[in-house]
Amino acid sequence: MSKKSTDYWKTNLKYLGVLLLIWFSVSFGFGILLAETLNQFQIGGFPLGFWFAHQGSIYAFVLLIFVYVYLMNKLDKKFDVDEV
Amino acid sequence: MVGLTFLVYIVIAIISRAGSTKEFYVAGGGVHPVANGMATAADWMSAASFLSMAGLIAFMGYSGGQYLMGWTGGYVLLALLLAPYLRKFGKFTVPDFIGERYYSKNARLVALICALFISFTYVVGQMKGVGVAFARFLNVPFDTGVLIGIGIVFFYAVLGGMKGITYTQVAQFCVLIFAFTVPAIFISLQMTGNPIPQIGFGSKGTDGVYLLEKLNQLSVDLGFDAYTSIDQGNLTNMFFITAALMFGTAGLPHVIVRFFTVPRVKDARISAGWALLFIALLYTTAPAVAVFARTNLINTLSETPYSEAPSWFTNWEKTGLLTFEDKNADGKIQYVAEARTNELIVDQDIIVLANPEIANLPPWVIGLVVAGGLAAALSTAAGLLLVISTSISHDLLKNYLRPDISEKGELYAARIAIAVAVVAAGLAGLNPPGFVAQVVALAFGLAASSFFPAIILGIFDKRMNREGAISGMIVGILFTTTYIIHFKPQLGGSGLPEDFWWGISPEGIGTLGMGINFVVAILVSRFTASPPKEVLELTERIRTPRGSDGPKNSIH
Repeated sequence: MSKKSTDYWKTNLKYLGVLLLIWFSVSFGFGILLAETLNQFQIGGFPLGFWFAHQGSIYAFVLLIFVYVYLMNKLDKKFDVDEV
Repeated sequence: MVGLTFLVYIVIAIISRAGSTKEFYVAGGGVHPVANGMATAADWMSAASFLSMAGLIAFMGYSGGQYLMGWTGGYVLLALLLAPYLRKFGKFTVPDFIGERYYSKNARLVALICALFISFTYVVGQMKGVGVAFARFLNVPFDTGVLIGIGIVFFYAVLGGMKGITYTQVAQFCVLIFAFTVPAIFISLQMTGNPIPQIGFGSKGTDGVYLLEKLNQLSVDLGFDAYTSIDQGNLTNMFFITAALMFGTAGLPHVIVRFFTVPRVKDARISAGWALLFIALLYTTAPAVAVFARTNLINTLSETPYSEAPSWFTNWEKTGLLTFEDKNADGKIQYVAEARTNELIVDQDIIVLANPEIANLPPWVIGLVVAGGLAAALSTAAGLLLVISTSISHDLLKNYLRPDISEKGELYAARIAIAVAVVAAGLAGLNPPGFVAQVVALAFGLAASSFFPAIILGIFDKRMNREGAISGMIVGILFTTTYIIHFKPQLGGSGLPEDFWWGISPEGIGTLGMGINFVVAILVSRFTASPPKEVLELTERIRTPRGSDGPKNSIH
């Protein structure tokens, strides 16, 4: 395995790690494990923990995928493995 | 309105019928990512998402979030961990990948059986949903409803294969999302003056009190838990169910196969994003609908004299899905948490259908909702049937029993298989064994505990070999199935909820099964021979996007 492809793969794994950490935090973290604590705060008429479980985590999921696509398209170009 | 939508579906099916196996299985691999996103969304959102989920949440409150997060979060996993690599791999099915990555016909067979089992239980539930919807709105008996459903799915799935299904699903997505959001917007305007339901249900009502605060108060007054309050005793279970649904989503064959239909790896990534965006439209509206419906239900019915009950009340009473029993004989409806004195039972499945009537919306809106529900059920059924037919003609026939079959013969076999599958699913839906409904929810647990680890390890762990993957899949699915059967009285199990391990219900156990699968697979693989050189090369190759037309064109 060449140095170049190792680097490409390592950067990919780094992106995955960070994005999946956010994925876990907004849903399992804010929406479930910390929901009770967060419910003491409000945004608009929503208790915050409830909002994450019923709305916020879903918005975050959508954003995460689009950020990932952006990062990977850039990475593919940088390492010259992108498609025509 | 319903008739018009059907005409559209059939015309699309005729225009885009399939001519080759590649078109039949993966729509020729040339679907635009946005179109594929819509088709995936329609495929994904079943009759259950459309008709039952908002009602389920309305009665569960905060804990209902497990379905919202669970059925959306899986797409992040799909986009980041599966879709791009499987697209680069460039074959037709999940068993294809398992079979080649684990250089084993037996691995392919195990995967094939799992795929068939998961898809079939799932599709039977859809056919039943189609029957219920047709029966209610064409005023025909349930059986006739199912038969009409069989006829329509038969026509366009057999003819068009993946190509016909994909473009029909695009149309179905538009119908179903329009049908779901329009009533929600009307009701949101009515109750809060805000046209966006997602914001509306966190806004103040016409009386200046926050809607959620008011609902919490109403619920507590009637003896229920406050709507937004967190059930601490259930958190572990909620965690496990959410995870099982997420990992299950990412392991469902009819979802994964979608990412084989786009031209390039980068299209597979973005198309998961589009799919989730389109799904999120419905999934963020549903909790708003739930809050509106629950509030309206209590406001309209609680302590109302039965003689003054609105007309929708008596209409639904006739179906038996809503029942009133005047226990204290005061002529009024008492809707309270205490089962002894509660006089009103509302089936959660009618919430979405009855919602426009409860909110006094015009009849055409109700017609729209019906068309939407049918679109949701039909699109999911078609997608699942395709996976079943592909599994039989491609995985079983072409790659297992008769490798010498011609392309024409394979296409012919695929058409026969889908025809047989439609009829079999329809018959099972006509006469659903009592446990079908139970099994559908568990398909996720089974997908999570079998496919998900095998695919992830196949991509991210080069050392993973045949022995590890097969033993992991078998142990994972056996554990999950045993636990489920033991704790589901509907399946003849004898276990009691008190004996759940760490309070985890059968719906959530797939998460633990998945963990076991991972551990077993990694342990076994480290003590057995490394995979052969060609497989190591295959694993390398799928990790970079370039050259995704097929395995032969790889570079580097």
